[in-house]
Amino acid sequence: MTDQVPISWYLILSATLFVLGVLGFLIKRNLITVFMSIELMLNGVNLSFVTFAHQWHAVKGQIFVFFVMMVAAAEAAVGLAIIIAIFRARATLAVDRIDLMKL
Amino acid sequence: MNAPLHLWLIPLLPLAGFLINGLLGKRLPRALVTTVALLAPLASFAVVLWAALFAFPNAGPGPVLVGLPYIETLGPWITVGTLHIDFTFVLDQLSLVMLLVVTGVGFLIHIYSVGYMAHDKGYARYFSYLNLFLFFMTVLVLAGNTLVMFIGWEGVGLASYLLIGFWFTKDSAANAGKKAFIVNRIGDFGFLIAMFMLLANFGTLTFSEIAAKLAANPVWTGGVLTCIALCLMLGAAGKSAQLPLYIWLPDAMEGPTPVSALIHAATMVTAGVYLVARMHFLFDRAPIALSVVAIIGAATALFAATMALVQNDIKRVLAYSTISQLGYMFLGCGVAAYSAAIFHLMTHAFFKALLFLAAGSVIHGLGGEQDMRKMGGLRKKLPITFLTMTVGVVAIAGIPPFAGFFSKDAILFAAFQQGTLGKALYFVGLVTAALTAFYMFRLWYLTFTGESRSHDAHPHESPWSMLGPLVILAFLSVVGGWIGIERFAAYLAPATGARAVEAGSSQLEIIFSIVAVAVALLGWFIADLFYRQKPSRPTELAAAMPGAYNVLVHKYYVDEFYGAVIVKPLLALSTYVLGWVVDNAILGGLAWLLGGIATFAGALLQRWQSGNLRSYAAWLAAGAAALLLFLFAPALLASHGISTFWKGW
Repeated sequence: MTDQVPISWYLILSATLFVLGVLGFLIKRNLITVFMSIELMLNGVNLSFVTFAHQWHAVKGQIFVFFVMMVAAAEAAVGLAIIIAIFRARATLAVDRIDLMKL
Repeated sequence: MNAPLHLWLIPLLPLAGFLINGLLGKRLPRALVTTVALLAPLASFAVVLWAALFAFPNAGPGPVLVGLPYIETLGPWITVGTLHIDFTFVLDQLSLVMLLVVTGVGFLIHIYSVGYMAHDKGYARYFSYLNLFLFFMTVLVLAGNTLVMFIGWEGVGLASYLLIGFWFTKDSAANAGKKAFIVNRIGDFGFLIAMFMLLANFGTLTFSEIAAKLAANPVWTGGVLTCIALCLMLGAAGKSAQLPLYIWLPDAMEGPTPVSALIHAATMVTAGVYLVARMHFLFDRAPIALSVVAIIGAATALFAATMALVQNDIKRVLAYSTISQLGYMFLGCGVAAYSAAIFHLMTHAFFKALLFLAAGSVIHGLGGEQDMRKMGGLRKKLPITFLTMTVGVVAIAGIPPFAGFFSKDAILFAAFQQGTLGKALYFVGLVTAALTAFYMFRLWYLTFTGESRSHDAHPHESPWSMLGPLVILAFLSVVGGWIGIERFAAYLAPATGARAVEAGSSQLEIIFSIVAVAVALLGWFIADLFYRQKPSRPTELAAAMPGAYNVLVHKYYVDEFYGAVIVKPLLALSTYVLGWVVDNAILGGLAWLLGGIATFAGALLQRWQSGNLRSYAAWLAAGAAALLLFLFAPALLASHGISTFWKGW
């Protein structure tokens, strides 16, 4: 099986996706972009789950992926609803201006 | 034991009265309050009387009661290691006599109070306190060990405090209550120390066990026993107003007069005498302590009698007289004539309660006037009060065949037979007897004879609810002594130890009696000379000896002395050292410092809570990164040969 892609490549890709997600979360100002960055992070993690599941021939990792996808779908539904609500109330989606939690 | 005896009923009935009147009294009709308040002591008295007369069969020709001491254990209280203390009541001849006095005289004074307090707003409160007092007093008397006794001991102090300060809106009354309470604390300290030493040396607080251990070890004398006895005496001196702790009793006259009669004359203040008699087996082994008791008693008797000579407040004369008579009782205890001391306790309870109640009747009749200089000529206006008070005066002066003569004579006779010290104390007692007769007849002349010196009062005789108890007590003051010390001592012997009854020749005893009566008559004669034949004489004498007169009027400046030596320094210490340095500087500073640190830290951390979503996320990411680093760095570094102080994953 020497023609297989090495596992480290998968992991590097997974880490890259995750870090991109983190950076997007930190840098982007639009709430929808921030939301998309979260999805990116989740999928980065999913990739490493699948990689290890394939490597160790264990089905647990793949089951985890399904769980994550399911939670992500739920989260997307709730999150988008919140975003719409915020936009209706504040007429803005700039993260810096949604700061009512400040003391 | 032929029928079950329920000792617990004796204290419990007044307690029930206290609870009913104390909790509901304000809402109950006055007649019901009165009924409850009177029924409680009456029922107690009935139980005691039944116990005294019928519960124990009398075996043999003498007064030998079968079944005494009767011990009733209600349950365990403290069980720690080898220490075992029960709630125990003990009934023996000593506690029987004491209980008869407490509940009997107590009941009469309850009746009297119905008339005396009729117009008071705090009627129910007054009776609830009075019942509370009876509860604690009966616990004190019935106690089978010193710890149960201590409950009663502290409880009567509480009741005394509440009743002295009954009219608490009056500043002087509130202060007098506090003074009584605080001075008593000093005595209680002695009592507590004595209890600790008893525990350490005997391992028990039960009277009978201590007595048994002492009896089993006849070589134990002096030393620790003296120490314990002296501490007990300190407690007794506090409660019974002896030197040097007597100062609270004169001030305690701020309370209602029936209270003065019940608590500060007849019953509570005799608790010290009772304590010494109860622990007689210990005092018998501590001759030094016994001498101290005798000396304190005699000194107090004389000292208080001299102060009574110049008082103008009718109740204060009686207060000093009470201190003086209590001194006699301690003198009796000190010469190991416990039965004579208890005998005097009993007769004193009769005639001093009578005197106080009669004085209360006078005060009531004059609308609250207590100054004898504003009385006079009341013989016709208050005939029954006059008659009964005369009985009391003659009884306390020690003129036969009234009660005071017999008991005082018994104490003096016992004192004379106790060596050189006893003889010296006998003469002190004799002088005191003369002074007693003098100041009592002074009171009598000033109040009842001569011209009326009151301004506007229209004196009226008191209602029968007050006169009834006076008549009964007057009767008891006459016949109370007829039982005779020999019979009384024989009755008490199982409880107070059968001291070889001083078998002096009867001739000697008659001589002593004649001397005592002569001395009493001398006191009367001088009082007659001063206050009837030539009423200007006292003022002339006072003017002739201003120094002596002033010292007496100011009560030897003892209150001032205590104020300067104890109260002032204590106040200064509290204000400056404890108040300023400890409280304000040290504790206050510490609190300020801690509060400051918390505020400062809060102000710093507050900045973290920016409300900025991205800053939160950045901290989250940084935290996760730091955690990962912490977990995996050691392993990574170890692969390069570098060790870290923490283990990592």
